[in-house]
Parts: sequence; structure tokens; C-alpha cells
Amino acid sequence: MGKKLLIHNDKVPGIATLEVYRAHGGYASVEKALKTMTPDQVTDEVKKSGLRGRGGAGFPTGLKWSFLAKPEGVPRYLVCNADESEPGTFKDRYLMEVIPHALIEGMITSSYALGAKSSYIYIRGEYFYVARIIETAIKEAYAAGLLGQNILGTNFSHDCYVQVGGGAYICGEETALLESLEGKRGNPRIKPPFPAVAGLWGCPTVVNNVETIAAVCPIVMMGGEEYAKIGIGKSTGTKLISASGHINKPGVYEIELGVPVEEFIYSEEYCGGIRNGKKMKAVVAGGSSVPILPTELILKTAKGEPRLMTYESLADGGFQTGTMLGSGGFIVMDEDTSIVKNLFTFARFYHHESCGQCSPCREGTGWMEKILKKFLNGTANESDVELLWDIQSKIEGKTICPLGEAAAWPVAAAIRHFKNEFLEVAKSKKFVDVSHYNRLNKVTA
Amino acid sequence: MSSQTHGTQHFDKNKRADIKFNAEAMAIVQTIISHYPPEKIKSALLPVLHVAQAEFGGWLSPETMDYVASVLKIKPIEVFEVASFYTMYNLVPVGKCVIEVCQTSSCWLCGAEDIIKHIEKKLNIKVGETTKDGMFTLKTAECLGSCGTAPMIQVGASFHENLTYEKVDKILDKYKSEGKQRNYTDLDYHNTI
Repeated sequence: MGKKLLIHNDKVPGIATLEVYRAHGGYASVEKALKTMTPDQVTDEVKKSGLRGRGGAGFPTGLKWSFLAKPEGVPRYLVCNADESEPGTFKDRYLMEVIPHALIEGMITSSYALGAKSSYIYIRGEYFYVARIIETAIKEAYAAGLLGQNILGTNFSHDCYVQVGGGAYICGEETALLESLEGKRGNPRIKPPFPAVAGLWGCPTVVNNVETIAAVCPIVMMGGEEYAKIGIGKSTGTKLISASGHINKPGVYEIELGVPVEEFIYSEEYCGGIRNGKKMKAVVAGGSSVPILPTELILKTAKGEPRLMTYESLADGGFQTGTMLGSGGFIVMDEDTSIVKNLFTFARFYHHESCGQCSPCREGTGWMEKILKKFLNGTANESDVELLWDIQSKIEGKTICPLGEAAAWPVAAAIRHFKNEFLEVAKSKKFVDVSHYNRLNKVTA
Repeated sequence: MSSQTHGTQHFDKNKRADIKFNAEAMAIVQTIISHYPPEKIKSALLPVLHVAQAEFGGWLSPETMDYVASVLKIKPIEVFEVASFYTMYNLVPVGKCVIEVCQTSSCWLCGAEDIIKHIEKKLNIKVGETTKDGMFTLKTAECLGSCGTAPMIQVGASFHENLTYEKVDKILDKYKSEGKQRNYTDLDYHNTI
């Protein structure tokens, strides 16, 4: 069993309540930080921990915090990105639903470090019921003196609010999220200025993912150096992985970074192997936008070394033979899955979610969906594979925000690793959806 | 739209005078507004639109949007540009229960298309349509974060996960027998069926 720091208490009855959460050591990081540490000391521990943003980009959190501008007399804000929308990702939902106080505790401790008097938790609109759970937790925290004026009798005062979104993947991009929080369309901003200088309402703002903020609590308690001992190299600590697709035990797993991919997929502790005794065909390891890899490349790197669940090992070989840890949205596909059809669902998703600001993304995502639809209709030509490749290459790097890359990468990777499958469909002028059989009859482990 | 309906007691025939938050809804709106600095009241727009949609028939008519603009002291166009951007706001009338079937990768891998076909057959409508009695509108949705419990549908704010045909039948029967408008503010059946 690996070490768990975030959801170790998830099976404790009543853990969503303040009473039970505190009885299991909850809010200790608030006590410790506010009463025995300076804000800079908290930031230092986060820096030492090597914690990297858990939303997908993997940017060092302590460094991000240190960029926060601190002009006199200007409010600073902490904004929690709970707009979890990357296909394959549902870890933040699980954390907020089961242990809501872990997020509130992280919000208070992090806000203390950043000197933020107010913070907002921006939750995707479809998670309305999660927003209710968080609101209830916030009310409990106010009643216990953990939020509001002079928290735990210290000089630190803080207010925390929830805002629900309106249904838009793009609002997971931090500047689009800020626009949305200001009551506008979720159009990403041109950077610079970065939110650390001009964020919410033009004020210095840090935007962090739910899991990142929750991870600050164990870091404060155990110290950054101890936290950094977990994991391998620059992939420190634990990570929540959302496992889905054709596996026996889908769900959210907290792993120590460094678990071998093969163990993660096949061991009973995690995914429990492939459903219905099938063989594995491919894996999308970090949410829909990261490159898909065939079985041989997800289990071993091109050099033949076992692939590990770390930022570095998954990226080994670059995009030619590697992928990314991303958000930890781990989607497993069995041997009967049509990669063409799966790619179509991704392309449809990105076309639907493009905000429309930049023409390469707005137009390109639409064309990719249309061309992939031709494959499914049996009207695609072999040259359409080259056309798809051409379009994705003209989106990547040419947009304001990374949605362009997110839409282009899955297309590029599917063609790179499964080109023959596309060519076969185009040649036969017929798409037979072999993956589409009896999927509703699950075999549970 | 195969049929048009707005099932609510608060709201009839799009008359401007009918559109006004009742005391209870206004209290919720005031609480939302209090979460932002007084000069940043526009920030309340997204959550207030959810309240308005629930109060005024499950969709946002031009009159409803104009009313929200007046409450938040912003221009009507500022409301429309937001309402038309986000997928959760309905700009045309919908059935009392909007069924949203997630169809992105993990849900597709686990049989979402079968669920869609099953509902289409059962309700005798296609995706995007509303049943003649105005009870159900069927929509597809992109990833709703239930990948590990796929396939799933969302009705109002309630998720129904790990679906089978039998489960879908039970869920639809339950909503139909109640005949109530379901909004994103209604949570009571979350994973209970």
C-alpha cells in the first residue's frame, strides 16, 4: 500500500462533517500555520515540497505563489479551479464530495500564505450538488471560527465563497475562469499580464486546482522536505488518478508518484485489470488532451524501461513515443475499441468547447470533427488522414490558450500510433463499430 | 423543438410584468450578490441566471434576461452574451425534465450510445427534441465528470450513474409520475435511483 495524504479518510463515516473531519486531525494545518508560522514560511514549505499543479499543467506551485504581486493597499485573491471538465477526470469531484473540508482547510492555509482576505471556489455548473456540499462545509467552518474575522483568535481574517459556472470546459483555463468569475463569457485572456499581477478584477490572483490546494495541508503538517521524499525525482508526493474505461475497478485512486503503469492497471489495489478478460489496446493517461499510447508504449518506454506514473516517465520519448501525466484522467481501452471512433468523441468535444476567439481553434476543431465523421459514415478517403494531420498541425501553437493544443494532440497521437486503422476504414468505405457491443453488462471484480 | 412548453406557475405568455423574483428567490439572489465587492455586482451573473432559469420556466426568455439585467444593473446585451455562451442556459423552451446524456470518451466506451438509443425509443423522440406532452427534452452532453461511473445521465442537478436499461426505465418513470419541472437547483434524486 502506498502512502495516502489526501483521501486516506474517505471511508470514515461522516467525514464530510466538520466534527468527524476535525476528530481525524482536520484543520491542524490551519492551527499550525496561523499560530506558529509566518506566511512566507508556509510558502517556503510548499516550495520545498516540490508540489506541482495537479490540474494538468504541472507547474511548480511554490513558484507560482512566489510570482504573486503584493502592492500596498490592493487586495489579493486565491481562486480555486474546481471547473473539472477534462474528459476522463473526476478526482476533484470525488475529493470535494467526500471530504469537502480538505479543500476548505487548504483554502484557509493557502490564503494565509498568500495574504488573501477573500477566496473563491469556482465549481463547474454541472457539479451543482458538489457546490451545495462545499457551501455546507463553509457554513460549518464559519460557525466554528475557522472562517471569518480573527480565525482561531489570530489576526488573520478570511472569507471564502463558492461560485457555480454555466457549463464550459474552457473555464478550466485560468484566465477564462477569471473572466467567468467576473460574470463574462469564458474567453481566455492574452498573457501577460499573468493573473499573479492582474487577475480577478485586475488584482493579483493565484489560481490553483482543488487537489493542489488540498495538498498544501499535509505539506504544512509534515514539512516540505518530508513531502518531497515521497515520489521520484521532480514528481513528488501523491496524486489522485481518475481511472475509467474498460477496467474492472474504475474509480479515484491516490498513488505515490512512481507506481509502475503496469502495476496501476493490473494490480488488485488499483484498476484490477481489463474487463471481461479482454486485452488492453490503448491508454489515454492524463485526460483527453494528452497523446494516446498503444499498450506496448504505455507499459514500457521506447528504451524498454518500465513506464512509471510520474510526470517525467510518462513524458519520456516526447510526443513521438511518450505522453503526459496531465490531470491524471486515466482512460483504458480494450482490444475491441475503435480508436477512430474514440477520437471522434474527443474531436466533437473540443469543437463543442472551443470558445471561438481564435480562428485556428474555432475552425480547425470543426473541420476535424467533420472529417472524422466521414470516417464513421464510410465516406472518408485515404487522403483524409493527411488532411487531419495537416489541420491539427495548423492549430497547435497558434491560439491564445492551450485548448488549441488540447484539441490537436489527441488527433496527432491517434494518427501517429494507429494510422493503419484510419487507412483501413478509409479503404473499406465502411465503418464497423466492433467496439460497440454489450458494453452495459459490466463484469465487476 | 418538436413541441414548446414552459411548465411553471410563476410565468405565463412571456409577459414582462410576470417576471419578477418572488421573495424567496430574491433572498437567494441577494445572498449571491453579497459574495462580491459592491462595485463588482456583475460577477453574480452566472449564478443569478441559474436562479432565473429555475424560477421562470426552465429557460431564459429575452424578457427574463432583461429582468436579470435590471436586477444586476447591467446592460441586457451583457446578459445575453453570457447566456448564449454557456451550455447550461436554455435560450428556447424545454421540457419539464431535461435529460442530458454524457457521450464523451469514457461514457461512450461504456455504452452511452446504447443509452441514448434506448431513451429515444422509449420517449419516441430524437436527441434535441421534446416529448409532445412537454415532459422530457433529450440532450447529449460533453464530459460531466462521471467517467468512473459511466454511463450516466443528468436530470436537473441529479446525476444517475452506472446505468442499465432497467435503471433508465425506473428513472424516467419516476420523473414522469411526478410531472414536476426539474432544475439545476434540484438535487433530491442525486444517485438515489
